[in-house]
Amino acid sequence: MAQLAWLVPLFPLASYAVLAFRGRALGERAPYVAIGAMALSALLGWGAFLEQVAGAPPYVWRAVWAVGGERTLTVGYTVDPLSSITVAMITLVGGLIFVYSVGYMRGDPYYARFFAFLSLFCAGMLTMVLANSFLLMLIGWEIIGLCSYLLIGFYFRRRSANMAQMKAFLTTRVGDTLMLVGIMALFWQFGTVDYHAIFEAVREGGESASAVVRLGGWEVPLATLSALLVFGGPVGKSGQFPLHVWLPDAMEGPTPVSALIHAATMVAAGVYLVGRAYPLFFYTPHHEALAVVAWVGTLTALLAALMALAQDDIKRVLAYSTISQLGFMMAGLGVLGYAAGLFHLLTHAFFKALLFLAAGSVIHAVGTNNIKEMGGLRRFLPVTFWTFLAGFLALAGVFPFAGFWSKDEILLEAYHHAPAVYALLSATAFLTALYMSRLVAYTFFGTYRGPAHPEPDPWTPEDYARAGLHAPHHGHGTPHESPRVMTGPLVALAVGSLVVGFVGIPGTGPEGGSWIHHFLKFEGFKEAGIHAPSFSWPLALRSLGVALAGIAVAWLVYGLRAVPSERIRAWVGPVYPFLRNRMYIDALYGWVFVRGGLLLAAGLRWFDVHVVDGLVNLVGGVTVVTSRLHRLFDTYVVDGLVNLVGWVTRGLGLLLRPLQTGRAYNYILVAAAGLGLIVLVSLWRL
Amino acid sequence: MIGPAHYLGVSALLFGLGLYGVLTRRNAVAILMGIELMLNAANINFVAFTKFVDPTFVRGHVAALIVITLAACEAVVGLALVINAYRHLETVNVDQVNLMKG
Repeated sequence: MAQLAWLVPLFPLASYAVLAFRGRALGERAPYVAIGAMALSALLGWGAFLEQVAGAPPYVWRAVWAVGGERTLTVGYTVDPLSSITVAMITLVGGLIFVYSVGYMRGDPYYARFFAFLSLFCAGMLTMVLANSFLLMLIGWEIIGLCSYLLIGFYFRRRSANMAQMKAFLTTRVGDTLMLVGIMALFWQFGTVDYHAIFEAVREGGESASAVVRLGGWEVPLATLSALLVFGGPVGKSGQFPLHVWLPDAMEGPTPVSALIHAATMVAAGVYLVGRAYPLFFYTPHHEALAVVAWVGTLTALLAALMALAQDDIKRVLAYSTISQLGFMMAGLGVLGYAAGLFHLLTHAFFKALLFLAAGSVIHAVGTNNIKEMGGLRRFLPVTFWTFLAGFLALAGVFPFAGFWSKDEILLEAYHHAPAVYALLSATAFLTALYMSRLVAYTFFGTYRGPAHPEPDPWTPEDYARAGLHAPHHGHGTPHESPRVMTGPLVALAVGSLVVGFVGIPGTGPEGGSWIHHFLKFEGFKEAGIHAPSFSWPLALRSLGVALAGIAVAWLVYGLRAVPSERIRAWVGPVYPFLRNRMYIDALYGWVFVRGGLLLAAGLRWFDVHVVDGLVNLVGGVTVVTSRLHRLFDTYVVDGLVNLVGWVTRGLGLLLRPLQTGRAYNYILVAAAGLGLIVLVSLWRL
Repeated sequence: MIGPAHYLGVSALLFGLGLYGVLTRRNAVAILMGIELMLNAANINFVAFTKFVDPTFVRGHVAALIVITLAACEAVVGLALVINAYRHLETVNVDQVNLMKG
């Protein structure tokens, strides 16, 4: 099976090709192509994964791609526990989201295009996961970035969607550029981009691995610098502070896109890459690179959770929650919780995809994103409510849902390796439970308020006419449950959100550890004598207590309204607008980078118009003047000379013409006169 | 005593008369007659110089004979031309014989 893993990304790619060229003709049947391709990928991916579970050795295949001098670029793929379990997660969650999209996007004039982009995305994502070198990883990485851009702007007639897609693309580009520089530095240092070769080199700490560069007055190990530069990519892609600003705006895309790309897979690509390149971060002299990862993650987790508290858009709350959870994963990886961080990636994919899809079902039913305009939906949308509740409990970290096990692992690692990170992450866990409970309370409890401003249809009547469809009627009476094709994936993911965590139960693996710890292990820990802390009941109970406390506080404020939220808002003063306006980070970027960029462009334009064009015009003017002078010279001097020659010749001709009479006696007369002259002269000389 | 100057004076007079004839006459035959006069003026010179300078070899006489022959030829060709011109143009006035003037 592992030998066939190269086919895994190719099925979605083929599906993309078919849908891109024949999508319109396929029409309503387009999803079958995409889902069929995903099913084949899932089959192979799960086959490879189960082989790894059964204990097969990691399989690496590589081929020479290009040879330049002494350096060789290879291309190939790796099937090991990490890549195989990630592929299994992507194909399963992705497939369920594809099925859900069949219902969610039905009646959309660009139905086939949507599935084409989703297929291309999966192809890129699977390539990125299976790649065995930084170069191939980068190719997949850029494909998913492109698909993110295309899908955020899927409703391309909405100006806000256009702005959001640009924001997402440009913001992630900052990180991607740093990562590219990092990869180039690695290639320069090690002469290869192959994972295995680089990781072996940093593990052995040979000559090339211990190169240093001078930055200012400091001597920085080049490998550390490269690791931090490579980390720039994950910071952008996984929405880590300070490049997190694009992710909430990315919610302009259709909800299945938010679930697949901006919750389960693409944003997790950054976390995956840190996990993949873990040796690079681990084998820095004092794990400095890991410390950076841990603190960036912790800060992101805390700030995003705070911002999520003050948002009213259901998808934006979930987006900030995603940022926060990604921060959790990064922090987990940073505090030496290799398996913990990646385990949280896997569980988070399930419950966050579930939450987004359920939110999509809610939006589908009520026609608005604003939670203040919902309420009481648990009666109208029972399936959505119960599945959303499962996702909520998993995210909040309530026993025995998946989030409890994975978040507890991270907190456990943090407690042992970085107490400050533990404190902040615990606070974040409390906030997580709080804002999620607020969301549930506003959405599903209380009375139905109904949308004051339903979302306008993203398409114009022409779009529908071109696709041969009728524009749907937008008149929402009472909200109604979504069709089976949408609730089916919700139920499947809800079950996943419960059971995926069970692989993290202590005792499921050898030596009293959990199965996931055994499956995803980093060899470097054993060599360095670092032992994974064992499960402790007091800590687990404490984190559970924190989660329940968050839920309880939210229940008091938003459910029972014992302390109305308005009073709290008045009490905290400027904190609420500060959080609601995203801590003004977006505004700051808007001022500094967007306005700064526009100002710079205006300045450059002024320079162009006045200085560059001025110079060009000056050259033109000088040329005109000189050519006028030339013309005068030509007219009067050159032509004058030519005419002078003519005139002189003509004048001489006129002068001499009378002499040529044609009468012989005239000539004879002249001859005689000449003779007479000769005679006279001779006489005179005598 | 008749010296060379006398001969030369006659010769020059004769040449002047011939030249005058050539210059003033418009009749082609008269012009030819003027040319004959000038040729004969030359002959007188030849003969006179032979008498005073080269009595032994009389090379001037030879030249004079050649000039007479030449004058006869010239008269033949010239008169033939004149007759032909007269046949074609009905005139012997040289001013009117100007077919070749561009």
